Amino acid sequence: MEQIKQSVKMFILENILYEDNENALDYDDSFLEKGIIDSTGVLEVVGFIEEEFNISVDDEELIPENLDSVNNLARFIKEKSGK
Amino acid sequence: MCGIAGIFNMNGNKEISMDTLKGMAAILKHRGPDGVGFYKDERIGLVHTRLSIIDLESGWQPIHNEDKTIWITFNGEIFNYIELRKVLEDKGHKFYTKSDTEVIVHLYEAYGTECLKHLNGQFAFVIWDKNQEILFIARDRVGIRPLFYTFINGSIMFASEIKSLFADSRVKREIDPRALDQIFTFWMNIPPRTAFKEIRELPAGHYMIVKNGNYQVEQYWDLDFTPDDSVKSEEEYAEELRELLIDSTRLRLRADVSVGAYLSGGIDSSVITTLIKKYTNNPLRTFSVVFHDEVYDESIYQKQMIEHLNTDHSAIKCSYSDIGKIFPDVIWHTEMPILRTAPAPLYLLSKLVRENGYKVVLTGEGADEILAGYDIFKETKIRKFLEKFPDSKFRPLILKRLYPYLANSPTKSVQYSRAFFEVDTDSYPERYYSHIPRWDMTSKIKLFFSDHIKEELNGYKKFGELSSLLSDNIDSFDYLSKAQYLEIKTLLSNYLLSSQGDRMAMGNSVEGRYPFLDHRVMEFCCKLPPNVRMQTLTEKYILKKSMSDLLPVTITKRTKQPYMAPDSKSFFNSGTLDYVEEMFSDSALKRCGCFDIKKTKKIFEKCRKGLAIGFKDNMAFVGILSTQLLYNLFIEQFPANTLNEEIKSKGNYSGRHKGT
Repeated sequence: MEQIKQSVKMFILENILYEDNENALDYDDSFLEKGIIDSTGVLEVVGFIEEEFNISVDDEELIPENLDSVNNLARFIKEKSGK
Repeated sequence: MCGIAGIFNMNGNKEISMDTLKGMAAILKHRGPDGVGFYKDERIGLVHTRLSIIDLESGWQPIHNEDKTIWITFNGEIFNYIELRKVLEDKGHKFYTKSDTEVIVHLYEAYGTECLKHLNGQFAFVIWDKNQEILFIARDRVGIRPLFYTFINGSIMFASEIKSLFADSRVKREIDPRALDQIFTFWMNIPPRTAFKEIRELPAGHYMIVKNGNYQVEQYWDLDFTPDDSVKSEEEYAEELRELLIDSTRLRLRADVSVGAYLSGGIDSSVITTLIKKYTNNPLRTFSVVFHDEVYDESIYQKQMIEHLNTDHSAIKCSYSDIGKIFPDVIWHTEMPILRTAPAPLYLLSKLVRENGYKVVLTGEGADEILAGYDIFKETKIRKFLEKFPDSKFRPLILKRLYPYLANSPTKSVQYSRAFFEVDTDSYPERYYSHIPRWDMTSKIKLFFSDHIKEELNGYKKFGELSSLLSDNIDSFDYLSKAQYLEIKTLLSNYLLSSQGDRMAMGNSVEGRYPFLDHRVMEFCCKLPPNVRMQTLTEKYILKKSMSDLLPVTITKRTKQPYMAPDSKSFFNSGTLDYVEEMFSDSALKRCGCFDIKKTKKIFEKCRKGLAIGFKDNMAFVGILSTQLLYNLFIEQFPANTLNEEIKSKGNYSGRHKGT
């Protein structure tokens, strides 16, 4: 689980926030509330997790409960991949 | 249509350098390749580079009144000059040319600065009134033609383009961080501010008087969406609009050279070309740009209109790499950072026009602003609706009606589009409601600013400057009118008509004319009831109604596709272009100093790998690249040192010299 979280976090820091500082993002930061990710950013994150974790995300699953923080994402990925 | 420039000694006599005037002319040659004229006396030097369109024989400028006490250098067109001339001749004024320029001189004699109210046109001009020792500078109502100025050693220098001011090496060339902040928020700089420190722009609908060493800028026109009392039927509105558009198109075909038209496949240019075909004797010659990538391409609709109107048509096919290659030239002409590549195909299009022997084209520019055509107006309406009915079961359906043409639409996920639309509007005045999602999203790209720029911007409040551009009446307009007024005052006047309009056309010595921006048409449209401009979510409703019997249904009923061009992809399609690599190098980024090197490198790599799919990343990339190019072209590499050579070789092309 920790590995998934770290991997997602690094992707967001590097590709969405363009940030080297790991403290710029906490695992439970809400992407929407903090303005970290907009609706297009969501599609980028989905593209990343689909490829990285070999899962497929349906349109109906594009909801904040699944995607709105590193913690939510990690939980969602774990459920999807059955790990 | 031309280039104008000059120097005025504000405090008395001082020799004006003819070499400087020639340098200012030489660098404006693209605006007036047919010849150059000068006027010089002890107070002033006036420059004019000419693109001959009206009165080919005797229309050379600068032009004067009967006793040579009033001189003018003028860029643009006065479309009602024939009617105005008759009135002036009846008053006893004597004309020595057949030009529209001379009409302004006599109109100024007759009415002073009030002369502006009589003009139907697109113009920037400078009048030197020797007897009263007044310099009178003016710009048309919506800013179709440009005018920049700067003060140096007790003089005011003015020109159609900033680069002409830079012909005097004493003029400072430095990027203004506040302008950068504005552009990376609003997509435009707020006049009088420009991308360069100490270079000012006369705002649209304003004039300036310079007298006794002082200067004063006044507004003479603005749009007012306050409804009037008249109530008419939709049919009456539609008929009146059609009559006005026929007349404004007819006036805009006045020229002593052939006039062509753009035909994009959208409704606006379809309306203009149809009116030319049906109501005038002008042989219809049309031009368009088509894209290799079908995401941006509208050629199916263009073909329908070409067949429908049986027009003689030429198209230029634009690929990703065409845009990438031409981009430095584009920035040389925009003279400001831009966030999208959309001007580039228009630059290629005006080149096509010129190569076909045409100097003048009519386009559909302005219809989206005055008749509520843009998605931002639909967005505003939807946001208002959802605020009122937050639990509406139609919500998902309504949201999906926005941006159906975007592969990565922000409305793909309803829950996320909610976040996009439900922005925090409390921290902004209500007058900006419509534009806050756009400005908020754009502002995020400022994360790439360097610490130095961020420090410079510390405490800077740009909304004060924006507010100074707007009439207080805006607060009493309905929300659709507020949004339209804001769009006209910001993006239309300060980006579309310049970076995508005048600068891209004049870069290839072509003049654009815009029937929808006839002030009579604009004033009529802003008095229309809002639901006649946009009915439910049907944009430009009244325009479609007024033209329904003349246009194919496939054109009036088609889903609106905004004009767009491929952004970051254009620069990496066939390997990375050399200049792009150079502009994103550590050393170039360091020299310019505007951007954080580490972050900028990351987005460069993301774009290079083709992973930038959203507006934000693409805007950031194009914004950074264009700023780097601006720095390179105007600050590092500006040809000031070689200008003397330019003067010798080009400055005297067909030169005509008047005055003492």
